[in-house]
Amino acid sequence: MSDNLQQLVELLPQLGEGILVTLELTLGGAVLALLIAFTLGFGSRARTKWARVPSRVVVEFFRGTSLVVQIFWLYYVLPLPPFYVELDPLACGILALGLNYGAYASEVVRGSINSVAKGQWEAAVALDLGPVHRMRRVIMPQAWPLMIPMFTNLLIQLVKGSALAAYISLHDLNFFTEELRERTSETVFSYTVGLLLYFAVAYLLTLGMNALEVRAKNRLGAGPSLREVLRLAPVQTTADVGAGTPASTASKGGDRA
Amino acid sequence: MPENDTTPAIEFRGVVKQFGHNTVLDGLDFSVAQGDRVTLIGPSGSGKTTILRLLMTLEEADGGLIFVDGDPYTHEMRGDKRVAIPEKRRSLVRRRVGMVFQQFNLFPNMTVLENIIEAPIHVLGKSKAAAITDAEALLDKVGLAEKRDERPTKLSGGQQQRVAIARALAMEPDILLLDEVTSALDPELVADVLGVLRNIAETTDITMLIVTHEMQFAREVSNRVLMFDGGKIVEEADPETIFTSPSHERTQEFLRAIL
Repeated sequence: MSDNLQQLVELLPQLGEGILVTLELTLGGAVLALLIAFTLGFGSRARTKWARVPSRVVVEFFRGTSLVVQIFWLYYVLPLPPFYVELDPLACGILALGLNYGAYASEVVRGSINSVAKGQWEAAVALDLGPVHRMRRVIMPQAWPLMIPMFTNLLIQLVKGSALAAYISLHDLNFFTEELRERTSETVFSYTVGLLLYFAVAYLLTLGMNALEVRAKNRLGAGPSLREVLRLAPVQTTADVGAGTPASTASKGGDRA
Repeated sequence: MPENDTTPAIEFRGVVKQFGHNTVLDGLDFSVAQGDRVTLIGPSGSGKTTILRLLMTLEEADGGLIFVDGDPYTHEMRGDKRVAIPEKRRSLVRRRVGMVFQQFNLFPNMTVLENIIEAPIHVLGKSKAAAITDAEALLDKVGLAEKRDERPTKLSGGQQQRVAIARALAMEPDILLLDEVTSALDPELVADVLGVLRNIAETTDITMLIVTHEMQFAREVSNRVLMFDGGKIVEEADPETIFTSPSHERTQEFLRAIL
């Protein structure tokens, strides 16, 4: 066992590189996915079919095809005729992760926007706020907190999906795990280290996303502020927390002639 | 803006509204004079709320024309054809109309003050300082000056509704639509909201269109009551007459049922 640890210490520079590559893939993929998610999410809600239909097609295509095949396609097929596009392996990985998870996340965007109470849209129209203003100042601030927990899920999946990058020559955490196994010839040790490394990365990202969620909810007047949570200071009574969601204020009535 | 005092504030000409196969309004004609306070009563499904929603462009009429201060609002006739008016022009008319909703619909991501100043600043182009001054005066009027920096979610239903009234008034509308504004409130909170509305009715000349089940309020505030049934006006009179000696059988039935 101490030999194994010895090997691990010797491989620290490679471990550092592995973490860096995995983070690059994850963050690059996540940023691209977020851009795609909002573009396709809004596109899917558009009134003109010229925006709606292409958006739906792209979403269904990238949701419906395997991430592995997408990565291999970008890496092996794109350089061939008639495309002749040779992408850096990291770019291939980021692009595939961004497209695949962006397609999923666009459904999150669409669904969250649609689930903001109808009365909020109507009040914005009644105040004559224009469509862009309405979205930016009224709807998005309320849809965003709904999106975050689902984005967190997707982000964690994206971290794990990034492990495929090892198969297109990238030296990520997955590659490092293999390297460790070759060096130690210890299958159990190496793959267990691999599991723990991915878990650590995923867990740190989850913590970050949870902080984002607390902040977003607090801005809606629901739940404690991030500062209160981090200080672990006694927050308002539990009855107070979460009592402020738009749905719970609209407790009665709702029928209309 | 009103061309003269005889131009109705609101006019419906042959307005048709269908939801699927259900025709809610079937060629409705009616008009509201400047400064009138009109209460719409009638059983649910009779089309009262639809009228308000059409006036707020939350629904689109399937036929007929709607005029505000004599200006065509959502559609106009070009020759024999009824054509939709583009959003830019609708918006200019919509600006004269304000609405208060049954469920208040305050924006939870903004404070009370921010709720009120958002549209005056961004739609009317008021300066922030002026918008705040006006908002504070309105909050004072609805008795909630001290709640200025609270989140709406921390307020009671009655307080939220009073903020919503202030928010609508901050747009300085010529016409105010009140859609069952007390129906979602606990009974003990209704009086405050009605008090605020009574005060507005007494101190302004805003044209009001009111859908309510509070007959006492309708009686005090409005000068005209329209009884709707099946998307048609079955009776129209001053509140005294309609509440004490309604002539139409449907009105009598309806009032017996709710009073």
